[in-house]
Amino acid sequence: MNSTETLLTVDDVKVYFKYGGTGLAKKKEQKYIKAVDGISFDIKRGETLGIVGESGCGKSTLARAVIRMVPAHSGRVLWMGQDLLELDGNSMRDQRKDLQMIFQDPLASLNPRMTLGQIIAEPLKTHFPKMPRSEIRAKVAAMMARVGLLPNMVNRYPHEFSGGQCQRIGIARALILEPKLIICDEPVSALDVSIQAQVINLLMDLQKEMNLSLMFIAHDLSVVKHISTRVMVLYLGNVVELAESEAIYQNPLHPYTRALIAAVPDLDKPAPADRASLMVDGELPSPLTPPSGCPFRTRCPIAQDICSVDKPKLNTSFNGHCVACHFHGVDQRDN
Amino acid sequence: MSDTAIAAPDGHVETPTKGRSLWQDARRRFLQNRAAVISLFVLGLVCLVAVLGPFLAAWSNEEVDWSVLGDIATLGAPSFENGHYFGVDELGRDLFARVVQGTQVSLMVGIVGSLIAVTFGTLYGATAGYVGGRTDNIMMRLVDILMSIPYMFVLILLLVVFGRSMWLMFVGVGLISWLEMSRIVRGQTLALKSKEYVEAALAIGVKHHVIVIRHIIPNLLGVIVIYATLLVPQMILTESFISFLGLGVQEPNTSWGALISEGASTLQYGTYWQLFFPLAFFIVTLFCFFFIGDGLRDALDPKDR
Repeated sequence: MNSTETLLTVDDVKVYFKYGGTGLAKKKEQKYIKAVDGISFDIKRGETLGIVGESGCGKSTLARAVIRMVPAHSGRVLWMGQDLLELDGNSMRDQRKDLQMIFQDPLASLNPRMTLGQIIAEPLKTHFPKMPRSEIRAKVAAMMARVGLLPNMVNRYPHEFSGGQCQRIGIARALILEPKLIICDEPVSALDVSIQAQVINLLMDLQKEMNLSLMFIAHDLSVVKHISTRVMVLYLGNVVELAESEAIYQNPLHPYTRALIAAVPDLDKPAPADRASLMVDGELPSPLTPPSGCPFRTRCPIAQDICSVDKPKLNTSFNGHCVACHFHGVDQRDN
Repeated sequence: MSDTAIAAPDGHVETPTKGRSLWQDARRRFLQNRAAVISLFVLGLVCLVAVLGPFLAAWSNEEVDWSVLGDIATLGAPSFENGHYFGVDELGRDLFARVVQGTQVSLMVGIVGSLIAVTFGTLYGATAGYVGGRTDNIMMRLVDILMSIPYMFVLILLLVVFGRSMWLMFVGVGLISWLEMSRIVRGQTLALKSKEYVEAALAIGVKHHVIVIRHIIPNLLGVIVIYATLLVPQMILTESFISFLGLGVQEPNTSWGALISEGASTLQYGTYWQLFFPLAFFIVTLFCFFFIGDGLRDALDPKDR
């Protein structure tokens, strides 16, 4: 396994949604919601990038922008040397063979009028229309066995399955083309905890077997910790911290990351004494009127005057640990 | 839900179990609706009469029975002896044969008109809804404009100007009724378009027209079927109304509306059967369609799941 090969490079991607001023008033007032405001990262072959952040911070939008389900405003998405954002419809369709997605709601992501076999075979039929039926059937059966679905279920319909089984169908559909990267958009948040573990372990096993890269979106930090090689923390469409999984959990540098980790209840350890001081108050600011300077400053416990003026850059410190904060304490460590 | 199915496979290969599709579920629910099933049966009988009627009738619909023509009010009453099961009309023609003929025409207008409306309305509405944006806006405003035209007035004008022909009637009725269909389909498509399985298909790389055919239309079919069954009686009503005004089908052809019109005008002579039989067929058929439509709506209602 060549773990240094970079599969996907996302460079300063911005996704803006227009709002306000519809119809005749359109020309006068054109405002934008900055759902994703200039995010850059890369994914190497075989690694898992976990993406965390609270609701509305742009996790799903970012994932969809990468595979062009949502149009990006600007930026580049380099996928094995090609900029996905510049491909025409047909070349993009070809690339989708290697870029698959698993969805949040397992049942809703399956067409209720199709049988399990038809659903799993759809990618094959789309990209290899000439493949003989017997071969499709064999591949579907093999994939079903791989994700733990019994072969006699092939003619059943999605509504006859439980949530965990539906998610296995979704995984089988994503994997049947043997893609290189799978985007998992909160694949386990609709499942209960015991099933979550099964699905996560299944994903990890398959990842090892097929040398897959995963882009794993979740809002549950313990799930992300379990599966990720690196973790990226988003806040209001911006990256606030990006580091190796261990580093983020052992040594969070950004006050927001610290708050997130402090908020995770841990059965083994007593709550830290300073837990309350680490927590952040208030709500995510409206993306319609984002704060000036640092997006987090309105809730930050250590905000200073500079935070409202200067937007902190994402600085790389030691070991590729990146953080966007004026006071992240890297300086002391470096000295 | 069969959670047990995930249990460790014990090695032996089972034959694939048949899944129960949503259509099968709906059929089961439909068959439990007694009114709908009876209506379906009665409607089947009406259709059977339309198809087999000409072979059952003792008289053809063109023959004039000269023996009863002199005194239709007494001699022309329904009787099995002279073969006029439903009596005769005011020209001495066998009313049973005429009703069979009218049933054929009326059902055909209803079904052909609905087919035109459903096909065109579905394609139009699904395209507008799926493409969205400006295309959607232009397409639906066009529908709004067409809908604001008093169609009965236009239809009557068309029939007056271009002469009364059954085909003009089919086309006229069909072309007007797709408007509502397209609105319903468009609304449903908008809802379906944002479903995750459509997104999943896009992520797989399925082409747009395949998505519409494979993912959108099958999930719309429930709504389409319900609406189509309610559209058929509407078509029949429209046709009957036009025929009642004397603008619809032309002699020697006939329809329920034309027969009812004739029956109503001769009621003063005491030939009540001339109104009763066509009216009975008309009402029974309409009720059947409405009950079936109701049953289908209960069976296919997506909110049920």
